[in-house]
Amino acid sequence: MNQLHEKYAKEIAEILAKYPADRKRSAVMPLIYLAQRDGNYITKQEMSEIGEILEITTTEVASIVGFYTLYHDKPGGKYRIQVCTDMPCALRGAEEFLVNLCENVGVKVGETSEDGLFSIEAVMCLAACDKAPMFQVQSDDGIEYHENQTVEDTRALIDGWKKKEG
Amino acid sequence: MAEHKVTGHRILLRHRDIPEIGKFEVYTAQGGFDTFKKVVTTMQPADVKKLVLDSGLRGRGGAGFPTGRKWMFVDDNNWPHYLVVNADESEPGTFKDREIMERNPWQFLEGIMCSAFAIGANEIYIYLRGEFWQLAHELDRQIGRLRKEKLLGEKLFGSDYSLNIFTHLGAGAYICGEETALLNSLEGVLGQPRLRPPFPPAVGLYDKPTVVNNVETLANVALILEKGADWYRSFGTTESAGTKVFSLSGRVNKPGNYELPLGATYRELIYEYGGGIIDNKKIKGIMSAGASSAVIIANDEALDTPMAYESVPKLGADLGSASVIILDETVDMRWLINKTIHFFNHESCGKCTPCREGNYWMRHLTERIWHGQSDQSDVILLDNVAKNMQGKCLCALGEFSTMAVVSSIERFPEDFKA
Amino acid sequence: MAEQVKEKMVTLTIDDVEVTVPEGTLVVDAAKMVDIDIPVFCYHPKMDPVGMCRMCLVDVGFPMRDRETGQPILDEDSKQAIQFGRTLVTGCTQVVSEGMVVIGYSDKVKKARSDILEMFLTSHPLDCPICDKGGECPLQNLTMSHGPGESRFLFDEKKHNEKHVPLGELIYLDRERCIHCARCTRFQDEIVDDPVIGFYNRGRSLEITTWSEPGFDSYWSGNTTDICPVGALTTADFRFRARPWEMLASASICTQCAVGCNLTLNTRREAKSDGRLVVKRVMPRQNEQVNELWICDKGRFNYHYAAADDRLTSPLVRKDGKFEAVSWEEALDLVAEKFKAAGTSLVTLAGGQLSNEDYFNLGQLSGHLGGKSALYSGMMGGSLTAKLGIGLDSNLADLGAGDAILVAASDLEEEAPLYWLRVKQAAERGAALIVANPRRTKTDRYASLKLRYGYGQEAAVVMALISAISPKQPNLSEDVKSLAKDAAVKETAQVLAEANNLVVFFGSEGTGLAQSEALAKACANLLTATGHTGRPNNGLIGVWDRGNVQGAWDMGLQPSPSLFEDLKAAKAAYVVSADPAGDDPALKMALVKAEFVVVQELHHTATMELADVVLPAQSFIEREGSATNGERRVQRYYPAVTPVPGTKPDYAITAEIGVRLGKQLESLSAGMVFTQVVGKFADYADLDYQALAEVQDQWPIIGREDLYYGGTGYANKQGLGVQLNTAAGRGEPVPLEIFDLPEIKVDGLLAVPVTSLYDQGNSMRYAAVMFPRIAATHVVMNPTDADGFGEHVGVTLNGFDAQVDLMLDEKVPPGVVLVPRSFGLPISGPTPITIKK
Ligand SMILES: Cc1cc2nc3c(=O)[nH]c(=O)nc-3n(C[C@H](O)[C@H](O)[C@H](O)COP(=O)(O)O)c2cc1C
Ligand code: SF4
Ligand code: FES
Repeated sequence: MNQLHEKYAKEIAEILAKYPADRKRSAVMPLIYLAQRDGNYITKQEMSEIGEILEITTTEVASIVGFYTLYHDKPGGKYRIQVCTDMPCALRGAEEFLVNLCENVGVKVGETSEDGLFSIEAVMCLAACDKAPMFQVQSDDGIEYHENQTVEDTRALIDGWKKKEG
Repeated sequence: MAEHKVTGHRILLRHRDIPEIGKFEVYTAQGGFDTFKKVVTTMQPADVKKLVLDSGLRGRGGAGFPTGRKWMFVDDNNWPHYLVVNADESEPGTFKDREIMERNPWQFLEGIMCSAFAIGANEIYIYLRGEFWQLAHELDRQIGRLRKEKLLGEKLFGSDYSLNIFTHLGAGAYICGEETALLNSLEGVLGQPRLRPPFPPAVGLYDKPTVVNNVETLANVALILEKGADWYRSFGTTESAGTKVFSLSGRVNKPGNYELPLGATYRELIYEYGGGIIDNKKIKGIMSAGASSAVIIANDEALDTPMAYESVPKLGADLGSASVIILDETVDMRWLINKTIHFFNHESCGKCTPCREGNYWMRHLTERIWHGQSDQSDVILLDNVAKNMQGKCLCALGEFSTMAVVSSIERFPEDFKA
Repeated sequence: MAEQVKEKMVTLTIDDVEVTVPEGTLVVDAAKMVDIDIPVFCYHPKMDPVGMCRMCLVDVGFPMRDRETGQPILDEDSKQAIQFGRTLVTGCTQVVSEGMVVIGYSDKVKKARSDILEMFLTSHPLDCPICDKGGECPLQNLTMSHGPGESRFLFDEKKHNEKHVPLGELIYLDRERCIHCARCTRFQDEIVDDPVIGFYNRGRSLEITTWSEPGFDSYWSGNTTDICPVGALTTADFRFRARPWEMLASASICTQCAVGCNLTLNTRREAKSDGRLVVKRVMPRQNEQVNELWICDKGRFNYHYAAADDRLTSPLVRKDGKFEAVSWEEALDLVAEKFKAAGTSLVTLAGGQLSNEDYFNLGQLSGHLGGKSALYSGMMGGSLTAKLGIGLDSNLADLGAGDAILVAASDLEEEAPLYWLRVKQAAERGAALIVANPRRTKTDRYASLKLRYGYGQEAAVVMALISAISPKQPNLSEDVKSLAKDAAVKETAQVLAEANNLVVFFGSEGTGLAQSEALAKACANLLTATGHTGRPNNGLIGVWDRGNVQGAWDMGLQPSPSLFEDLKAAKAAYVVSADPAGDDPALKMALVKAEFVVVQELHHTATMELADVVLPAQSFIEREGSATNGERRVQRYYPAVTPVPGTKPDYAITAEIGVRLGKQLESLSAGMVFTQVVGKFADYADLDYQALAEVQDQWPIIGREDLYYGGTGYANKQGLGVQLNTAAGRGEPVPLEIFDLPEIKVDGLLAVPVTSLYDQGNSMRYAAVMFPRIAATHVVMNPTDADGFGEHVGVTLNGFDAQVDLMLDEKVPPGVVLVPRSFGLPISGPTPITIKK
């Protein structure tokens, strides 16, 4: 049983329709996003289901997962806070922001909060260099930018999630 | 027929003059999509290509290749053709394409639609970096609207021409901005660069002739077609026609995008528009094209240099995508190159040896050098490793990674004296 | 007629040597042709260039011409001026052009090579002393010749990775040694279309992984260890077992399937084997007309059956129900006495992987006594391939656009992996590949046309093709007539009729002897009807079920449709290198009835259990002989190791029995037997044993000095073999075959035999590394037929009951049950089957 297909038949059909019928493999990236929608990471089972849909091997799907930073083969935070600390943002205080944020919320870079709610990652340039400090949040709902941030702003955001997730 | 309003020199960032231009009705009310209709119903693709060639428009993705010329390379003996829009925007310091697509989307869309017609493509793929997730969803909605308005779809305006647009999200890989890696990524294989030649206009997406252009490049096209080549050439310099969006970041008071005619000087950009250096510090260096660029010593000569394809090379750098990062006296070049190498080591796709291994090696060296754990011999070695990489990599990323290193060591030697 | 396309030639200079090569040649290949080394890692002459490793950098210059006039620009010495590029270029991706100048010896190029090697070595563990590749390692060799003397990278900053990663059961990966050339992944993807290994991560973190289940489990996996330019990929059975320089190389031939891949056996003397030579590994030996540089994993790993410890070492005679070791004299005297007594009731049954010389002597002995002799094979048609086989000077590598290949009733990758590969490549070169098979197989991926038919209709479909081409055929059955109206059949017929060259492969998917015979005849008629006979690259190829079935037919043996009755009635049965009792319980019953059974074998088999006398034979690694493959290429193999004491080659055993019965047969050497073969069989008349050992230059150039280029596979110095002519090739008339189509009438489920490369036959199961790879006894059916069945079912087949695993596959047509051959189930052709929970 292809559970991914069961769950997202309509979305999968829409995604496949974007590409020529004999080039289904193009759909591998959107399908990985689809699989990640539940839990913010992809399992090996889901990779092989994608392979089945696209008629490629699980290994070929995994190769794509492994190549990109927005795909995760292991669970992390439900919300991944990805702070840009690349050079242009760092010139505008992003590194201090990250340090202070981690201190404030008590989670180290690359680690996940105890309740599994969020993790904090340092990432490369997100094309918002003029609005540092900034980060994006990757979650089941996709990716959302938060720019010109202060530690307090971010803290409030996290508290919001806590409330939402109960 | 209504006309697109252009105030002063702003062509791409017109939303700053017409705040509601992001609304379909506002955009159409002042002539939006009339050009597309005119092009499809009254023009031949060859004429469109010619007009764009004559306008002097050059690629805004970095290399500055004449856009009309690239279009003319498309192999007309092999069909179908594809237009692929490079919206991967991942060069550190670059954030212009995002603003154009977010704030002035219809002009962008009309531009790519006219361009597709010019090269005989019936399908456009917009490849957006994965982080532009919200933007992609917005574009999907806008494409849906265009379809509803019968501006996209089969046999447009009763002609034989059909056109569809699809968005495709990357997932966090700088290399996928390189056009052939982008095509691989879009085809669902590993996003590593292909051998060139053949170039995409001969063999591109799905082995078919393909034009890959940057967002900003194409966002100009509708207005060029409406107002003519001479109008476009009235901005900028002879070799660098038109305007350019400069992404200004780093140690300035007012970072942001500034659209200026090509040929404006660094001084204008930094001091007139960017509000000068933070805390009135002394400016030290300019990175003219993001993390990939050589660092320019910010002396008066540099500050008075026109920002144009032909003049920046005189400073030992390139205009590139015009992502201008300002370094002031507080910036230690050892810190800077450690940062850039951190980026390139993270983003090297790993396909070719010098880039994969060289960046890994340089990463160790810059770490040691920045943290003061090494003597002069490591600086010499670093310089040597970077130079050994040059001219040997498969794609430009490897070359890019060496630029800041070699130029910093050469131009800011005092920073490397332990 | 085969079109001789004149290749356009280009002249250039490489390191001051002028070379003329075909247009489109890559610089590295052009250099190799004139013996100039341009070092490479990622480039492999059998794969598309990728330009990844950057090792092959050279300086390339082009003749300067005046832009306006097009006239050459001359330098001060009035010689053509050459424009060199700003940067070096990769020779592996640069195509030659007229007047090009390539320089590989300049300081600039030398430094570039040294720089690249230094980069490689930054992350290499430099563990050569304990590395299996040490001694035959391109990285080691090229570092010695082109590398920097010392590394400036700090050793303690090296990246550490896992060292013993089993990618599958047969292949281990050392992630530290990997240089990311992607040869292995590209081989699996581009060449054999089985991409179960791939890169994971990116940049310096790039690593080879498998996420497939069950791992790197590919029929082709061993080849990746040959082309890996470092010691990153090693085989489970060789790693840490020997060093390359300790080993000798001996030429051999694989006898597992009809292809006859050329092998090199690497051997070493070992104290633990009393100083005798032991095979340490099997490597491919280049034969571009047979296996190129590749072999399948069965060919590579299965040799262990021959080298297994539990070999028979002495003749055995059953006394009071128990085997007793006796002298050869005693055993042979007894056998001769019993054979003499049996006379015309002697039944000889010979397996399909013996040598031509063995078959010759067996045939002579049986003929002398007037007994029956049968080949233990499920396929017919060996006399038709002798008449209409693929013509002299054929090479499947020559097939391409304008040519057609029909693969009829064969799951080609399972039945003959290398044929599959070569057919796939022909299709990629543009040949029309037509697959006629009742179910989808891997060959379909490359098919331009697919013909589906019901099991049992294989000959009818081929006849329908003929009738679609020339409708005025007499005596066509209704079945054929209606099939001929099918659109796909019509389209296919057209393609076949118009093909420049046509090669027809017939296999044994779902067929018994009756079906096989009809199919072979139909295929032969198709070739005759379309005029594709007697020419190179035209003709019939049997995808035989063992390596020398063709040779057996040529020596006068063929399968017997009445084998069961024959064995049952035998006064003496002489079973040589076959395990009928293990394969099929029905044959076991027959042998139980036979009065006296002589088994000539390597191992303890189920058939041996029924023997009165057991004669220990030698395996192909211990002796010499010749074998004839599906393309009727006669090839020699050579002794690689000292024979197991107490054993004899099959031809010699037979000869010694013969001598006791007054028939003079050669027992001293295979070469002497071969001389008799040449004297007796017209097709072999032009051969001599020595000619089989002749070689010619082959492309690509591979071998010991060129390890970095083609891999560690061996160059062929011991013989490419000789292809036999056919009746059609000699211009003899070959009339159309007139025959009746066999019919299958089954009410319920139909069982059909199919072939798995990894079967439980009399070799695989004795090879320790291969044994775990063999599936349990099973049948396969369509999920729609399997309602209510669990993972295990009971089957009743030909009067026998068995418990087996049930596998489901939607590719199997409803109503059909696939029963694999040589899995202990009684299946010799389509037959009814019942299945219970
Ligand atoms: C490593 C690398 C990254 C690149 N990233 C981008 C990018 O993010 N956006 C872009 O438009 N072009 C990028 N390019 C340039 C493209 O390869 C290509 O030249 C460009 O899309 C062509 O469009 P244009 O002619 O309109 O400039 C990159 C090139 C390299 C080598
Ligand atoms: S230079 Fe080489 S490793 Fe680096 S990104 Fe380009 S191809 Fe990949
Ligand atoms: S780049 Fe030419 S051999 Fe690897």
